[in-house]
Amino acid sequence: MMPFHTRLFGAVVALTLAATAPALSQQLELKIMAPAAPGGGWDQTARAMQQALVAAKIARSVQVTNVAGAGGSIGIAQFVNGAKGDGNQMMVNGFVMVGALAMNKSPVTLEQVTPIARLTEEIQVIVVPANSPLKTAQDLAAAVKADIAKVTFAGGSAGGVDHVMAALFAGTIGADAKKINYIPFSGGGESLAAILGGKVTAGISGLSEYEGQIKSGKLRALGVTSEKRIAGIDIPTFKEQGIDLVLANWRSVVAPPGITAEQRKTLSDAVEKMVKSDAWKDILKQKGWDDAYLSGDGFADFLKKETTRVTDVLKSVGLVKS
Amino acid sequence: METFAALAHGMAVAVQPMNLLYALIGVFLGTAVGVLPGIGPALTVALLLPVTYKLDPGGSLIMFAGIYYGGMYGGSTTAILINTPGESASMATALEGNKMAKAGRGGPALATSAIGSFVAGTIATIGMAFLAPWLVDFAVRFGPEDYFALMCVAFVTVSATFGNSPIRGLTSLFIGLTLGLIGIDKLTGQARLAFGMPELLDGVEVTTLAVGLFAVGEALYVASRRHHAEEKIEPVRGSLWMTKQDWMRSWKPWLRGTMFGFPIGALPAGGAEIPTFLSYSTEKRLSKHPEEFGKGAIEGVAGPEAANNASAAGTLVPLLTLGLPTSATAAMMLAGFQQYGLNPGPLLFAERPDLVWGLIASLFIANVMLLVLNLPLVGLWVRLLAIPQPWLYAGILVFATMGTIAAKPSVVELSMLAAFGVLGFLMRRFDFPIAPVVVGLILGPIAESQLRRALAISLGDPIVLLQSPMSATLLGIALIALVAPFVLKGLGRFRASED
Repeated sequence: MMPFHTRLFGAVVALTLAATAPALSQQLELKIMAPAAPGGGWDQTARAMQQALVAAKIARSVQVTNVAGAGGSIGIAQFVNGAKGDGNQMMVNGFVMVGALAMNKSPVTLEQVTPIARLTEEIQVIVVPANSPLKTAQDLAAAVKADIAKVTFAGGSAGGVDHVMAALFAGTIGADAKKINYIPFSGGGESLAAILGGKVTAGISGLSEYEGQIKSGKLRALGVTSEKRIAGIDIPTFKEQGIDLVLANWRSVVAPPGITAEQRKTLSDAVEKMVKSDAWKDILKQKGWDDAYLSGDGFADFLKKETTRVTDVLKSVGLVKS
Repeated sequence: METFAALAHGMAVAVQPMNLLYALIGVFLGTAVGVLPGIGPALTVALLLPVTYKLDPGGSLIMFAGIYYGGMYGGSTTAILINTPGESASMATALEGNKMAKAGRGGPALATSAIGSFVAGTIATIGMAFLAPWLVDFAVRFGPEDYFALMCVAFVTVSATFGNSPIRGLTSLFIGLTLGLIGIDKLTGQARLAFGMPELLDGVEVTTLAVGLFAVGEALYVASRRHHAEEKIEPVRGSLWMTKQDWMRSWKPWLRGTMFGFPIGALPAGGAEIPTFLSYSTEKRLSKHPEEFGKGAIEGVAGPEAANNASAAGTLVPLLTLGLPTSATAAMMLAGFQQYGLNPGPLLFAERPDLVWGLIASLFIANVMLLVLNLPLVGLWVRLLAIPQPWLYAGILVFATMGTIAAKPSVVELSMLAAFGVLGFLMRRFDFPIAPVVVGLILGPIAESQLRRALAISLGDPIVLLQSPMSATLLGIALIALVAPFVLKGLGRFRASED
């Protein structure tokens, strides 16, 4: 039995090595931290970057580390303190981290990191079960205005993008965001069950998560949060239904504080090259992520604006005490 | 009999030599990671995802399913042999299994868990093939109030089952419930009992608690007793294999465990732990040898092991039919599907029947492989018990520490492991059962958030707990289970005094 196992294990190790084997043409050796457990969106983004950077021969090797916990609060604390001035490290982050840092009263903030680039974004959607009387976003708005407490929204964790979106929806239509009845579930799976089972009025999530159910007719999409209609997807935007709700669950990559302008340029260039590579485009297509590349001062500005917007919303629903 | 034709077609896909090889790699890796506490199947699948990117979708999904099933198997081996559950779902197995191993019956304990897992896995996989669409409708209708009621049943049965007295059992349970409060409140996002330590924001890791209480606590306890009375461990007493009596006492728990594991595993928030606890409690009540419980009763191994594997198959029901990942490993498999541009859900069965049925068929094959892989190893495993005690327990400590570091490399985590070890030692010393602590940690937060969700949906009206027929029934069962022992006792005394 034993030699066979060893051989099998050897095969697996060989496979692993083959997949991560560095292209020796470049000297860049990067470390990317995913401030979350393996499997989530940030981890997948970090691993996708690893794959693309190596495949396009931009970096010699890329190592992904996972530091899970508290919506990224633990990861960013470790990153800011441990990687200070290190021009070979980056960390993946995104929308959810903004809210998590505010809610956890984190001593470390996103102002301390060096912004590199926004990479991807995902459009959000509001759905209802197929047998719901609500047909359009305006129907939902009317129901919310009639009795806000009776309209239950199911979505992801408290203070996350789904929660912020529910509050923004209520605020946009002139209802009191503080009174929304938002029910957080731990992950899209559980909330989907609550929506399909008719336990809640509506569900909020990233579009790709519910796309299968929408196509099969089990869920009806009331609206998406994109600026304009997305090609190939037959769902009206909130904007065209007269509700000014534009939002995306973005993911980005940042560098540690205290790096030199030169180091920042090296990293920015590497990311830009990666974004333009075929390997990256393939991954985006495969995962259904939308390219949202934004770099330099544009991204730094965006990061500031989103931080203010999200913190304000979380204050308005009482999750962050001002 | 469309299902049969589809399954036969799936079988043809699964027995292709390459797919067989993937299944074998999967079950082997799964067993290996299941043995190590801390490194679970979810992490393994996550690490393999980029590696399998270039493989064909069918093969790698088959491998992932093998890892999943294998992990469920492997976790029980260490639980039985060294009282270190590799996964939280193997905790119930450790209770009786380790006692059996110490009494020289490690062989039959491992055998009944391997065969029980096989039986349960096979029945549950058949159930998945035939009942999936129906079961999914049922699972979706299970609302927060129903989950809360299910948790109530689990609390009542568990606290009444473990330990010598209900007061001791309840004390342990409340320690666990308190530990469960640590961390960010799921519904409001506010930190509770974290004392400003960011590492505590995500709560106490179940494996850290289980390994600390079970393995480290046990090692400390054994060390403290060493000069009082040496505990005799016999590696093998009697037959290495299951006797006829073992078989007679095992087959019913296997089936009952499957009945708990499969449906609860199919529930979106069911999980693998609850069915193992329910199965353990049931077996203890139904057993003809209740006096053996706590000293190594084979029913207490057979039932929970079957429940744990059946729930693994149950988890795949919502994953394949709805695209609902209900466990960490299922979530990783979902990521695996998406890597190939496949979206599990109602359309997957129609769009890629070869893939779905190939996967289901290879689950059968993985099950057979696991049995073939594990049974011959039983003889090898039990020899571990012949290692001199100081060496064995030193090894266990190293093993437990390494597993914890692998799962979460932080000083806080290690300090918690040590603290839980001391807690486990004290609880053993003063005769408090340790399992309810872990039960409280696992179920407490679920019960709390489901109750609060139910109340948020009903706008604070508690009557919702009785309006759902499922919830009302379950609460009724919990109430009967709580009151019945006292009433029966009272009646018994009443009769006795009449005589």
